[in-house]
Amino acid sequence: MPKDGGIGDSTRRREDIRFLTGAGRYSDDINVHGQTYAHFVRSDVAHGRIRSIDVAGAEAMPGVLKVFTSKDFEGAGGVPCGWLITSRDGTPMQEPKHPILAEGKVRHVGDPIAVVVAETKAQARDAADALEIDIEMLDAACDMKAALEDGAPRVHDDLSSNLCYDWGFVEDNREAVDEAIKAAAHVTTLELVNNRLVANPMEPRVAIGEYNPATDEHTLYTTSQNPHVIRLLMGAFVLNIPEHKLRVVAPDVGGGFGTKIFHYAEEAFVTFAAKALRRPVKWTSSRSEAFMSDAHGRDHVTKIELALDADNNFTALRTTTLANMGAYLSTFAPSVPTWLHGTLMAGNYKTPLIYVNVKAVFTNTVPVDAYRGAGRPEATFQLERVVDKAARELGVSPVELRRQNFITAFPYATPVAVEYDTGNYHATMDKLLELSDYSGFETRATDSKSRGKLRGFGIAHYIEACGIAPSNLVGQLGARAGLYESATVRVNATGSISVMTGSHSHGQGHETTFAQVISEMIGIDASQVDIVHGDTARTPMGMGTYGSRSIAVGGSAMVRAAEKVIAKAKRIAAHLMEASEGDIELKDGQFTIAGTDKSVAWGDVTLAAYVPHNYPLEEIEPGLEETAFYDPANFTYPSGGYGCEVEVDPETGHVKVLAFTAADDFGNVINPMIVDGQVHGGVAQGIGQAMMENCAYDAEGQLISASYMDYAMPRAGDVPMFTVDASCATPCTHNPLGVKGCGEAGAIGSPPAVVNAVIDALQRGGYDVGHIDMPLIPSRVWQAIQDATAAKR
Amino acid sequence: MELSGRRTIEAPREEVWAAILDPAVLKRCVPGCTEMTGNPDDGFEATVVQKVGPVKATFKGNIVLAEMQAPERVRITGEGKGGAAGFAKGGADVTLSEDANGTVLEYDVEAKVGGKLAQLGGRVIDGFAKKMADQFFTNFKNVVEGPAEDDAPAEAPEAKKGWFGRGKAAS
Repeated sequence: MPKDGGIGDSTRRREDIRFLTGAGRYSDDINVHGQTYAHFVRSDVAHGRIRSIDVAGAEAMPGVLKVFTSKDFEGAGGVPCGWLITSRDGTPMQEPKHPILAEGKVRHVGDPIAVVVAETKAQARDAADALEIDIEMLDAACDMKAALEDGAPRVHDDLSSNLCYDWGFVEDNREAVDEAIKAAAHVTTLELVNNRLVANPMEPRVAIGEYNPATDEHTLYTTSQNPHVIRLLMGAFVLNIPEHKLRVVAPDVGGGFGTKIFHYAEEAFVTFAAKALRRPVKWTSSRSEAFMSDAHGRDHVTKIELALDADNNFTALRTTTLANMGAYLSTFAPSVPTWLHGTLMAGNYKTPLIYVNVKAVFTNTVPVDAYRGAGRPEATFQLERVVDKAARELGVSPVELRRQNFITAFPYATPVAVEYDTGNYHATMDKLLELSDYSGFETRATDSKSRGKLRGFGIAHYIEACGIAPSNLVGQLGARAGLYESATVRVNATGSISVMTGSHSHGQGHETTFAQVISEMIGIDASQVDIVHGDTARTPMGMGTYGSRSIAVGGSAMVRAAEKVIAKAKRIAAHLMEASEGDIELKDGQFTIAGTDKSVAWGDVTLAAYVPHNYPLEEIEPGLEETAFYDPANFTYPSGGYGCEVEVDPETGHVKVLAFTAADDFGNVINPMIVDGQVHGGVAQGIGQAMMENCAYDAEGQLISASYMDYAMPRAGDVPMFTVDASCATPCTHNPLGVKGCGEAGAIGSPPAVVNAVIDALQRGGYDVGHIDMPLIPSRVWQAIQDATAAKR
Repeated sequence: MELSGRRTIEAPREEVWAAILDPAVLKRCVPGCTEMTGNPDDGFEATVVQKVGPVKATFKGNIVLAEMQAPERVRITGEGKGGAAGFAKGGADVTLSEDANGTVLEYDVEAKVGGKLAQLGGRVIDGFAKKMADQFFTNFKNVVEGPAEDDAPAEAPEAKKGWFGRGKAAS
């Protein structure tokens, strides 16, 4: 039984009170005295040469302070990329400049060309219409394969081609993998598309720049998952502002899903313009703008081959992927199809030989970067699809084929550079089959059949590398940043605690869960603990929230800082009770001398620390505040078994998702209710990708799914009530809380489960369909049924 | 987006040909056209107000006539900029041939849209383009055939002919 508000308690989320009563303070709620409004004028062609920009008419419009173009940014840096990938031939990736405003060419629909800053939003928009921009339309490179051909339109004239890099992993294994595939008893091959997605956080991006000429200090309010990272990137690489003169605040943020990790041109613009104009400058993205300026996700085209021996053991895996980078390299874009993808290709299986080849391609589309899962959903999707296809080809149960190849001994070093510390994949499979009533499926399938419907059950297992990441390791892999996390635990004189964390909460509930950990460690009520985040002026240098890293890395930093606090508090308590420090125990907010009834309360010790009258000043400093930086020793490896049950109407191709079961291993869980909610959200997004979401461009590079009329987000009616379970816990061995992270799992494990279920339904109905690309909209399913029917004739 | 069609116009081919080159006629025929100036050699400048799905905009653009083979064939290309709404551009190959009923006008149209028009209007753009083409050629037929009608356009059963009649009287 967990203690109230302690670890393991489903404490209600304290932040929800303000979120649900409209009292949150989001970036757009911030208005700075004297602020002006920026309106970005964006390219409506995918590729074009800027012949001229005439700002005179627009600048003469009422209320306009200035129209900015790339000319105003001569000398400023481009938006930097935070990860360097090296190609198979040893050359660094091609890294084009990513200007704040388009220089010479526009490279995607939505590429910002100019910015009007005016006294009001309406004036800025009106003046934008008076701007005269002459652009010569050029042929666009949209399809990745075509973009790599000789003579394809070149996204960047100064690069040798549209190929960003050609990455091989593990290059030393390439020949051995080829040989193993040649020698295999059976090879299953699958070609598939991982569809391009738009993250669509509920809150669009916002940026407000403010400049104080008296102190030469800049402030940026922005919708970011990592304000310190933005400060570092923008200050050092774009605008040349030293950190001590630049404050970045990311207050309440309404969802990120990865797309708010990156440093965006709009942030640099408002910071720059606020100084240039000596007025605060505010920009609020419209939803239409978000579709064409927020980094997109996924967009891989893959061929995967799985080799098996005569006993159905996996012997080798080879996968080749084209990964879309879009027109520019977003902050972490190069890492997503490589290190976040290739290292996951072992999945839950003891495949001894793996080779991954990824060609990253520039196209005239919005930049693509991390989106919930980032690389790991792409890896899991292809692996779990090909395993399912192999089971069908070999006539064995997809459950048994997986079980036979599961990794069972830990730690396990994969052939793709990572070492899993713990896991129990048979346990999550058992739990999945139990919770989904797998044994009762045939009865339900018969019932569906009697109604003219096809029922299918799909299974997927996943592994993810979370708790990103050991700094020395990622440094070797090309990261241009460290990936530790920080926390300051500040105990106030009366015993309440403020924790300043480098993690950032934008929906995850850190204010609740982090307080639960402190409450558990010290034994004071969680209401006495406040979590402070999202402001570089208030929190120590931290790397922010993504990659399911907050509790595993940020939580660990907080535990380390709290341990330092407790150690010091025990010394103070020992002094107060005239006892030996080694005999002091802390329990339920009381320091006791072991084996005696002598005690002193937490509050008395904290008061003594700040009112040090009876205090060993020669031995201990006053005050009670400690900071810790935690750099993880390894990734964490959450895993799980997911099951999806669907019903297909063979007449229309309509798919109904009837049930979804998730049996996860997240290690230790701080707040089960919040973990369930994270899985719910992730699975809903995964079902969205599998069933309906698709970011579409036409052949000219026009973005044709740029509103909710055309980009289908899953709604409550599109998903079933989820059955989720996190009881199969194998605690992480290398962090103090034994936690693994849960933020991305749902989005990683669910798409293959859904597609496997639909293929299963069609196969049971007698339609020999090998694969359908996501999203499984009725027309695609119907067409697959027609094609299979025609092939049978 | 591509579409094609044919209309039979009860008028001699030379008359139909002349109408195609007449900015005053074109102005009456292009749906939503508020201004049309210029001549066949230098091209026309046009202003068109239209609503595509949720996007309403004023398009300003140029129309160029090329590959003219009087009175048989012409290629009409145009590009209109709608400010924040984006742009539309396209071309039409028009051929005229004679038959017993008058002149057969055949057209192949291709159109492209960009910016907000493509982003928000994508789902309706094909239908919109077809409607625009239908309206244009219906108007055109009415305009050209108009002179054959008697001089009581206001009472004509088809409103469009009445509209044409007024236009014709004014010109």
